[in-house]
Amino acid sequence: MSLENGRNTAAVVLEPIPAYSGKRFSLRLEYDASRIRSPWWTPIVSIILALLLCALFIAANGMNPVMVYEKMFRGAFGTAYGLTETMVKAIPLLLCGLGIAVAYRISVWNIGAEGQLTVGAMAATAVTIYFPNLSSFWSLSLMLLFGIAAGALWGLLTAIPRTHFGVNELITSLMLNYVALLALDYVVFGPWKDPKGFNFPGSPMFTSAQSLPVLGSTRLHIGLLFGLIAVVIYYLMIRFTKWGYELRLIGANPVAARYAGIHIKRHIIIVMLISGGLAGIAGMAEVSGVTHKLMQGISPGYGYTAIIVAWLAKLNPLGLIVTSVLFGGLIVGGYSVQTIGLPSSISEMLQGSILFFLIAGDMIYRFRIRHSRVQLKGGR
Amino acid sequence: MDFTTQLLIAAISAGTPLLLATLGGILNERAGIIQLGAEGLMLMGAVTTCIVYIRSGNLLLALLATVTITAVLGLLHSFLCVTLRANQTMSGLAMTLFGSGLSAYLGKPISGIPLPGTSPKLHLVWLENVPVIGKIFGNMDYLTWFSLLLVLALHLLIHRTSWGLHLRAVGDSPATADVMGIRVQLIRYSYVIIGAALIGLAGADMVLAYAPTWNEGLTAGRGWIAVGLVIFARWNPLRALFCAYFFGALDSLGFRIQLLGSAVPPYFLKMIPYLVTILVLMYLGYRNRNKPSGTPESLGVPYIREQRF
Repeated sequence: MSLENGRNTAAVVLEPIPAYSGKRFSLRLEYDASRIRSPWWTPIVSIILALLLCALFIAANGMNPVMVYEKMFRGAFGTAYGLTETMVKAIPLLLCGLGIAVAYRISVWNIGAEGQLTVGAMAATAVTIYFPNLSSFWSLSLMLLFGIAAGALWGLLTAIPRTHFGVNELITSLMLNYVALLALDYVVFGPWKDPKGFNFPGSPMFTSAQSLPVLGSTRLHIGLLFGLIAVVIYYLMIRFTKWGYELRLIGANPVAARYAGIHIKRHIIIVMLISGGLAGIAGMAEVSGVTHKLMQGISPGYGYTAIIVAWLAKLNPLGLIVTSVLFGGLIVGGYSVQTIGLPSSISEMLQGSILFFLIAGDMIYRFRIRHSRVQLKGGR
Repeated sequence: MDFTTQLLIAAISAGTPLLLATLGGILNERAGIIQLGAEGLMLMGAVTTCIVYIRSGNLLLALLATVTITAVLGLLHSFLCVTLRANQTMSGLAMTLFGSGLSAYLGKPISGIPLPGTSPKLHLVWLENVPVIGKIFGNMDYLTWFSLLLVLALHLLIHRTSWGLHLRAVGDSPATADVMGIRVQLIRYSYVIIGAALIGLAGADMVLAYAPTWNEGLTAGRGWIAVGLVIFARWNPLRALFCAYFFGALDSLGFRIQLLGSAVPPYFLKMIPYLVTILVLMYLGYRNRNKPSGTPESLGVPYIREQRF
């Protein structure tokens, strides 16, 4: 144990020190708890290592990993169409990732973005079904409002058990994901099913007044602006408001924050409302901007991917934009390898292993290798 | 057979995977390591069983492979959480994401192919002739019997042996245990690995006794329900038995109500286990608000020798 530099360090001895006296060279692995901020390149290294690991699985399947990765990359970033598709996928990731990042700031582990997105999409669709003849402006505003409200409500359902009943929010938010997906199944197979849809589960197509404007002839819709505006607001709020300061304080030291008189329960509820609301916007943007109707599988796991997006960005707003585009590309790339007979779950596998390497990398960085000459006593 | 007996049989069959996963979770968390990767481990267990069983036709080999693969994943989790002291929540989430992605990838070629057989039933003639319970026991396969024996064994292990004392000490106060000469890291590693293997067996039981073919995302959140059940059972194997069968009953009750021609859409019946998990945890939280919950005291806190908190 060394406290000489005021650091709280503990040592793991790699090499057993021999039991005879004399000067010996020893190699020690020391844990340095003060190295909390890992460098900017750990995400990059973890992505590379994850690519290498998954290359093994792809090779085991009899495919050439280089070829597969090239195919994925070309599919996602190589063409103008691929690039806009990547951006389309990045929109829900950015919005959900931002919501998750807000919650993670104070260690509220929201993994319910998937469900919050789903109920947001359902609420937006409810507007098109129950108020079909509104003007474009009113219809879209109401859809947005309903999407936010539904997502926030779903977030609240996670927050209340946590604050008032001490229930782990991980379990609650995940259970609510399954509930939301079952509710989605119910409405698309039941009351909202399109009578002219040839018995295919899904709501009627949205009218053009109920669809978000798109860029030119691409599928890239105005939801991108929602995401970017939300990122700017998030940055300003965290950086310059009292609320943001309190959030940062809770994140840094919850015990100190409580002694300072910060109402942590209230913050958990606010944070979950925001988190759910942002995922709700993502859901609204998906139905209104991309699919133009409510159907099964509205989200190919955006809510889960967004967890990695937020973690990879280290909750940094600018980083969120970069990582959500990257992961949007990963999803599109996953689709493009289906043409050569590989399942798109390759991208899910990559996402999981990126997260593994990332959390391992952040911790490995805290260990230092220390060489020292030690004087040994008590020989025989 | 009357409705109750059928329900009990169904509850046991649906409850066994939950029970195995819950027992695995209890072992993990008694040692102080949170295991949120249960869903991913169950999926990996299920897909490994399917692949090996379909390719080799040998059930024993399939179970052996399942235990090995999930134990390796448990080793990975314990390396991250014990040696590297990584965030246990994040490591569990990564396990779930990686497990569901990898299982979908590996399982694609065998998706929808029926398994060559189910888990064989253990026929105990003397027990089957007992009037009411005979029918129930007659329907139990080897894995179910194994899970029952495991409940008893783990109960005795945790509460009646010195190994169990060491396990509890490591979960409650690793620093004290360390001072007493108990090898904290070794114990944490072993129980996380054994726990992961049990959760893998739960996945195997899912495909062998419950759903006879592999489908992507086959466990449908049962791993997460098991994570909830660990809390519900208050880290106690005997309670885990009742909790798992209770949830097994809920699971199959929905299905049975549907068969009886109920007007309630099946989607709402399928929601029951998820909603009940939340409500039960809320009730427990409310009831135990001023009492110790039975949580191992150092759950989720990485142990660093010589560090003061």
